[in-house]
Amino acid sequence: MAIISLHQVSKRYPGGFEALKGVSFAVETGEMLFLTGHSGAGKTTLLKLIAAIERANGGTVLVNGQNVSSMRAAAIPYLRRNLGLVFQGQKLLYDRSVFDNVMLPLVVTGQPYREAARRARAALDKVGLLTRERANPVTLSGGEQQRLCVARAVVNRPAILLADEPTASLDAAYADEIMEMFSAFNQVGVTILVATHDQQLIGKYRKRVLALDHGKLQ
Amino acid sequence: MRAWFQHHRLSLAQTSARLGRSPFATLLNVVAIGVALALPFGVYCLLANLESLSHKISFEPQLTVFLAKETSKADVAALEARLRGARGVRAVRFISREAALADLGRSGGLNEVIASLPQNPLPDAFVITLAASDPVTADRLEAEFKSFPKVTHVQADSAWVKRLDALLRLGRTGVLLLSGLLGIALVAVTFNTIRLQILTQRDEIELCRLIGATHAYIRRPFFYLGSLLGFLGGLAALGIVVTGLVFLNRDLVGIAQLYGSDLRLALPSPQEMGVVLAAAAVLGWLGAYLSVSRHLHEAYR
Repeated sequence: MAIISLHQVSKRYPGGFEALKGVSFAVETGEMLFLTGHSGAGKTTLLKLIAAIERANGGTVLVNGQNVSSMRAAAIPYLRRNLGLVFQGQKLLYDRSVFDNVMLPLVVTGQPYREAARRARAALDKVGLLTRERANPVTLSGGEQQRLCVARAVVNRPAILLADEPTASLDAAYADEIMEMFSAFNQVGVTILVATHDQQLIGKYRKRVLALDHGKLQ
Repeated sequence: MRAWFQHHRLSLAQTSARLGRSPFATLLNVVAIGVALALPFGVYCLLANLESLSHKISFEPQLTVFLAKETSKADVAALEARLRGARGVRAVRFISREAALADLGRSGGLNEVIASLPQNPLPDAFVITLAASDPVTADRLEAEFKSFPKVTHVQADSAWVKRLDALLRLGRTGVLLLSGLLGIALVAVTFNTIRLQILTQRDEIELCRLIGATHAYIRRPFFYLGSLLGFLGGLAALGIVVTGLVFLNRDLVGIAQLYGSDLRLALPSPQEMGVVLAAAAVLGWLGAYLSVSRHLHEAYR
């Protein structure tokens, strides 16, 4: 069954720039796939439409059977709780510890503290940052910060993980580390959509690749 | 449900910690709100005191009829009979000029002045208590008594009380207007304070939205912040007003002793203080509500 499906989706930004033109594709539950294309091809826009950060001007975006492009604003938070997002430009909070950064998605969704703390530590353990839980994210290296973002994205056990250039600005060893983590999550059933322009990385994994060019799927 | 309470507790704790982290800015905000609230509340307290004073003084309408100085005893008796016979009169009390002078010496502390006078300057007088308290009867009798022989002057004793009452009404309207205006000022102060706080936490708000926080969740800590600021401002206002009244009372005691009375200003009642604190907290909440709603509306459609 398709967990994400787009039909004839287009997105035009105020000012007239057409980021996406008639894009259609479907992602099966438990699939892992890459979204590639040159910078400005519409990768980020596509992920934003799926997470309801932007709204499509035409077509339908279905996530878990719900039409995201016509969703009520009040329903959007509940959609996002099923999504794990790894953002371009990490968006870590530097006024609190590594542990509190990972706790945030659980606190926001109102999990009881004890259970939330247990899950946050499990997520930190999975990305190898458990020993740094009291540290401030500023003191982490680039690769560690990216791993922290991954921990934060998966701590809520989302059905879908959307990652936007998760390996940009990382050297090859760190990039592999991150991709191995994604691959491991995928093996336990998480649907994963990774936007990247790193062809080498894509080559290593035998996964489906969607290539965007000037807002159109090739 | 428990998690919900936990979040409320957490919000309040975080908010308090945030205020504590910038004590000087918080203090200035609280003082600004306190002064804005102290003004109308202080005037209200003074008016309430004046009002209770005017109620202590009898509202029974009285007329004082002053007689010419050379009135004979027979004329006084004839006049008293006429006054008693007038319609609408309940009681008539004669005060001789000697009694009036002695009374003045006793109550006014003016004995030395009186002793130095060559003769008694006061006239004989009748104090007349009216049966009805309507101003029409009082006016009619005043005019009637003026036309009696040997009567030099008729004074309506309740007139100043009526004037005071009218002034108090004016004062109360003034307080209402002042409260309204300064209430708006309080909302404006919290609006801006919260706006500043939102801007410093913009990244956190943005991130919370992306990981599935509802608007209610994002708003909650700011509501606490606004209410807490208002409440602390209310406490400051009470402090200012009570301190002011205590100081005024210290001076009043001196003045009152000179006049041989125990005049002093009453402090606001616990209920009145409660109302001020509640109103301050509600206005703070309103400022926060407007600020957060505006931000969320501006930033996210």
